[in-house]
Amino acid sequence: MAEFLIKNGFVIDPTQKINGDIADIAIKDDKIVEKAGPGAKIIDAKGKVVMAGGVDVHAHVAGPKVNIGRTMRPEDKLFKSPHAQENYRMEMGFSIPSTFKTGYDYARMGYAFVMEAAMPPLHSPHVHEEIHDTPIIDEGALPVFANNWFVMEYLKNGEIENSAAYCAWLLSATKGYGIKLVNPGGTAAWAWGLNCLTIHDPVPYYDITPAEIITGLIKTNEYLGLPHSVHIHQNSLGVPGNYAVTLESLKLAEGVKARNKFNRDQVMHSTHIQFHSYGGDSWGNFESKAKDVMDYVNSHKNITVDLGCVTLDETTTMTADGPFEHHLNHLNHLKWANTDVELETAAGVVPYVYDKDIKVCGIQWAIGLELALYAKDPSRTFITTDHPNAGPFTRYPRVIKWLMSKNAREETLNTFKHCSKVVDATDIQSIDSEMSLYNIAEMTRSGPAKALGLSHMYGGLGSGLDANVAVFDLNINDMPDDPQKIEDAFLRASWFIKSGQIVVKDGEITNHGNKRTVWVNAKVKENPQVTRDIHDKFLKNYTVGIDNYSVRDYLAPNPYVINVDVEA
Amino acid sequence: MATIKLKPYKTPELYLEGFNISPDVFVGKSPSEIASLEGREGKTRIELGDFFEVSGTTGATASDTNILIDGDCSRVKYIGNKMTDGSITVNGNADMYVGGWMKGGSIHVKGDVDSFCGIAMEGGDIQIDGNAQNYVGCAYRGDWRGMRGGTIHINGNAGNDIGTFMLGGTIIIEKNAFIHVSTHAEGGTVIIKGDVQGRVGGQMVKGDIYVFGNIQYMLPGFKEIGMIEHEIVGEKAMFKHFIGDLGERHPKSKGKEIFGNLYLRAS
Ligand SMILES: [Zn+2]
Repeated sequence: MAEFLIKNGFVIDPTQKINGDIADIAIKDDKIVEKAGPGAKIIDAKGKVVMAGGVDVHAHVAGPKVNIGRTMRPEDKLFKSPHAQENYRMEMGFSIPSTFKTGYDYARMGYAFVMEAAMPPLHSPHVHEEIHDTPIIDEGALPVFANNWFVMEYLKNGEIENSAAYCAWLLSATKGYGIKLVNPGGTAAWAWGLNCLTIHDPVPYYDITPAEIITGLIKTNEYLGLPHSVHIHQNSLGVPGNYAVTLESLKLAEGVKARNKFNRDQVMHSTHIQFHSYGGDSWGNFESKAKDVMDYVNSHKNITVDLGCVTLDETTTMTADGPFEHHLNHLNHLKWANTDVELETAAGVVPYVYDKDIKVCGIQWAIGLELALYAKDPSRTFITTDHPNAGPFTRYPRVIKWLMSKNAREETLNTFKHCSKVVDATDIQSIDSEMSLYNIAEMTRSGPAKALGLSHMYGGLGSGLDANVAVFDLNINDMPDDPQKIEDAFLRASWFIKSGQIVVKDGEITNHGNKRTVWVNAKVKENPQVTRDIHDKFLKNYTVGIDNYSVRDYLAPNPYVINVDVEA
Repeated sequence: MATIKLKPYKTPELYLEGFNISPDVFVGKSPSEIASLEGREGKTRIELGDFFEVSGTTGATASDTNILIDGDCSRVKYIGNKMTDGSITVNGNADMYVGGWMKGGSIHVKGDVDSFCGIAMEGGDIQIDGNAQNYVGCAYRGDWRGMRGGTIHINGNAGNDIGTFMLGGTIIIEKNAFIHVSTHAEGGTVIIKGDVQGRVGGQMVKGDIYVFGNIQYMLPGFKEIGMIEHEIVGEKAMFKHFIGDLGERHPKSKGKEIFGNLYLRAS
């Protein structure tokens, strides 16, 4: 390890309310420190922007559904897989990149931490093997809980303590990070070919509603005091008129206070909110309800959201929302993979082309950007593309360009075949505001780190934080007239130091870093009933034995464990 | 039209990926510049000059440029990759991917070609004097967007998977074909002058297939609806008209369902 001094850059760090002041950032070993010693290596950042390493709150980057996407879409690699370069491994694919390309591309964009957004518990060993195979970036993974037989049984009976003991056991068995909900109840209903399109549709055979599952898991999460809140993919994703369901679901968090020791304020993170902000009642009268949704989010401080911006690319959709993928396959008639994960969840994968000349795709693009532009508090609104569902993560710099430049938005809008129809169905043309670099740092660094309960490690440049520092070739006092230069700068960092090592220089990978797997070990007191229930289900229902279920330590060889002592 | 000549003088030990052999790439370059263009032999970067002697001149534009490969290219892939104009003549055989992703211009191979000839082609002409292996005018693996336009003419036999996911254009096989013709097609025309073993039009949505010889095993998803006289590639004949694949979804036009057409010459 070494010492670095990143000199004379324009520092942007919302955690310390620093907005472009010229300052030096010192690094010793793997931490940011107040002062560097005389032997520190100097990195000249003059005329450039210096930010903390990026934090991605939600992306699908590892595990069985990502791999099914890779397997069923060899065409995703065609002409997008350059021959191997010196010093680093071959990179393959676009929307479902190989593990190496995933790590490299995030590093090139200056990202330090990425949350795999949906881990099927039964397949968690595979998720961890892929995480281990992804270089440089630190990662965690959120196991899915909202269609799990144990959880639905406990919550039906109002047994929060048992639900909490089970969730704590599953987090440790899967080396998971927090509680993810995907289409609560709807994915369980899919096992019978059904769905739950409102939060009051009862889950077949379970006598519980999505609303009860959501409320119960919020209580469970705060009972445990986990670093992250519940992280929810709401019911009725992608359906015209679904904003009403979204608002109703968000209201379930009303009055609930965060209870944790990790500086987290929200009790619900509502993910890829773009897919949940739709008006109209058909694709014919489909329109944006971004304003209605953000008005609610703006006035409720215990909620965070991420965008799920549509980037107008050919991509691969993949989700534990099995019924949604079936629905999508009937819209586009392309390839469809579907799977059931016993007792726990399901998943589907379908390729999708967001064509700028299709009216609905144009409106979806506008909604994603409107949500950000309507946000009163960017530090509760995070940039994502629900990678790869609405577009690949390598388009974050393009989303940043659109958010920072009205001209860039106009330029894209004017290429649409149905430009005027998109304008009619959205507010995108009338919104003049442009976000600042400070806002971007809130949406990609300080905000998501705090929401994940990781603000003691990531998201800022204060001393004591992990030494993750990105330098971008942008001059805050003389921003380029051509907005494309903003995208180019964020796509390839001038420098990226991850955990105290230079991993990127001039946009090229220089080092494979020392990635870590971050997981949460919540320690609850002995719960004999839950222990017996787990034992029984593995005897009666699972096709695997309990001894073969958990993620062995060798599969996550670089762990960073966050211990939570639960005081009941 | 100016001609630039590539004379093979060395056979690659592995297969040579000649993705730069195209009038679009060659145009405006001198023989020595062309000789230093990149290729791959396995994972090793090579230069075209390591295997070909280059002479002659290129035209002012791709359309004025003819590439003459005077010798055998049995171990050279990707000849005419993505070309948009001009012409290529091969005095011998060629390996896989001749005219892949081609948009215009013409390619003439005087010998045989291996598989994937005209894969995902959008326009232009390919003439093969000998036989073709499998996947003539097919889609890339996994892709649902196959050949969209242009013509592929195989003077001999072809193997399996002809016109998979075809959307437009014409494929003519003068002799026999093996199995899988126009699988998943949503347009285009495949004409087979000889016999086909079977699996003709499986999961076909739209498009036309003409078979002048026999189909040994007919797919059950096709239904005979009558006899019709057609003139096709200069030959007038009576055909049995089948529609299908009845097991596949079919779009409607003016209230009528559109099917794939299979015309089998009445003997
Ligand atoms: Zn997602």
